[in-house]
Amino acid sequence: MTRWKVSVDKKVCISSAMCVAIAPGRFVLDGQQRSGPVEADIDPDEDVRDAAASCPSEAISLVDADTGQPVDLD
Amino acid sequence: MTVDSSPVKFTPALPGQPAADIRAISGDRPVFRAELPDGRIVWLVSGYENVRQVMIDQRFSRALAVAPGQARPGVEMFAAGSINGMDPPEHTRLRKLVASAFTVRRVEALRPRVASIVGELIDAMLDRPQPADLVTGFSLPLPAQVICEMLGVPAADLERFHAWSDAIIGDWQRDSDEIMTALAELYGYFGALIGIRRARPADDLMSALIAARDDADRLSEEELTAMCCALLIAGHETTANSINLSLLLLSDHPGEMAKLRADPGLIPGAVEELLRCGRLGTLPPARVTREDVAIGRVVIPAGERVIPLIGAANKDPSVFSDPGRFDVNRGAASHLSFGAGVHHCLGAQLARVELQEAFRGLIGRLPGLRLAVPASELEFKPGMVIHSLRELPVRWGEP
Repeated sequence: MTRWKVSVDKKVCISSAMCVAIAPGRFVLDGQQRSGPVEADIDPDEDVRDAAASCPSEAISLVDADTGQPVDLD
Repeated sequence: MTVDSSPVKFTPALPGQPAADIRAISGDRPVFRAELPDGRIVWLVSGYENVRQVMIDQRFSRALAVAPGQARPGVEMFAAGSINGMDPPEHTRLRKLVASAFTVRRVEALRPRVASIVGELIDAMLDRPQPADLVTGFSLPLPAQVICEMLGVPAADLERFHAWSDAIIGDWQRDSDEIMTALAELYGYFGALIGIRRARPADDLMSALIAARDDADRLSEEELTAMCCALLIAGHETTANSINLSLLLLSDHPGEMAKLRADPGLIPGAVEELLRCGRLGTLPPARVTREDVAIGRVVIPAGERVIPLIGAANKDPSVFSDPGRFDVNRGAASHLSFGAGVHHCLGAQLARVELQEAFRGLIGRLPGLRLAVPASELEFKPGMVIHSLRELPVRWGEP
């Protein structure tokens, strides 16, 4: 079973909170309103894929845990 | 907590007037019922975290707020056909089609072009006698030119959009026939333009959206037209008036303006502070509760209209110290002027780059830039949901 690794570059995050709204329970904002994943290692999840594709600052990275290849965001 | 049932009468402050004191009106309640001038009963929400919750929590629906029978003619009806009036998953499907064109990276690549349009507009201002009208000479043509180039709309048609745009972003005081005619004409215009682009695709966003429809069936013809209309309308009147209102704010704070002239590196931070303090619109877009939702200790029942008071959130003293002070060096905390959650302004980065380049140009090349008439004499167009100046006469150079 494929697993995904989710990470958010907090230096790039612009606090739109798009991901928090698109994928509830998957992302959380810290005290500086920067996003991060609730869990870094997840089963494939379309909401998380949508969140990564919709991020205005392209701060969300989504890779296949086995291969390290970026997950197709389309 | 039980809710007292009598709504408070609430009239948003007129453009150019100080914002209403929400704490005084609400008796310091962060969530309260109010009756708006159009007769609607709504829940008004203030406080930074509460306002963010209304915008992020999907139990607050935009689609229900502009559903048939709910949407009033004007901006609400316009929103109903666009992504601004949709909820996930429809919203996500459509927004993903345009999101990549507006990312930080893609917009940064447009910065040189934005700067060059700024340069051309200022050249033209310098060639003409003073005072100049900043609205027609700068603040409107800058974002209009940029969004036209992105979308692939002939800039020669700009004049026609302004009239339509004025009507469409009108409020409840406007004649609804006038609004509906403008909407029909705008949709008709884009319908025809999409036909032309379909036959001869170009390297622009409209052609990309046409391909997403024709090659991959990712949106309907109606959604395609609505998306183009929304991008055009949302893409210029907002930024234009943000430039105007920012200049008004800076004129009120000459010391802060002088700091920017001395160190243009402060401009990006100043733009954030201008966005925090500026009051671009009357009231932010409403949501409707899908179910009973608690905000703090108050439970809002299902089916109620809720308005997140973004301006009040931007003045929350627990987030912004001495919130009434305009300080170009403030830095840190994020204002909510672009919203948050799935409806976070698609064009936020573009607006930032346009505002930054606009003020780099205006401050750098027009030293002594100032209003040519007292601010109290400026006229805002009546019956619009955003604070839109008719004209903004300015002078520069030695007094």
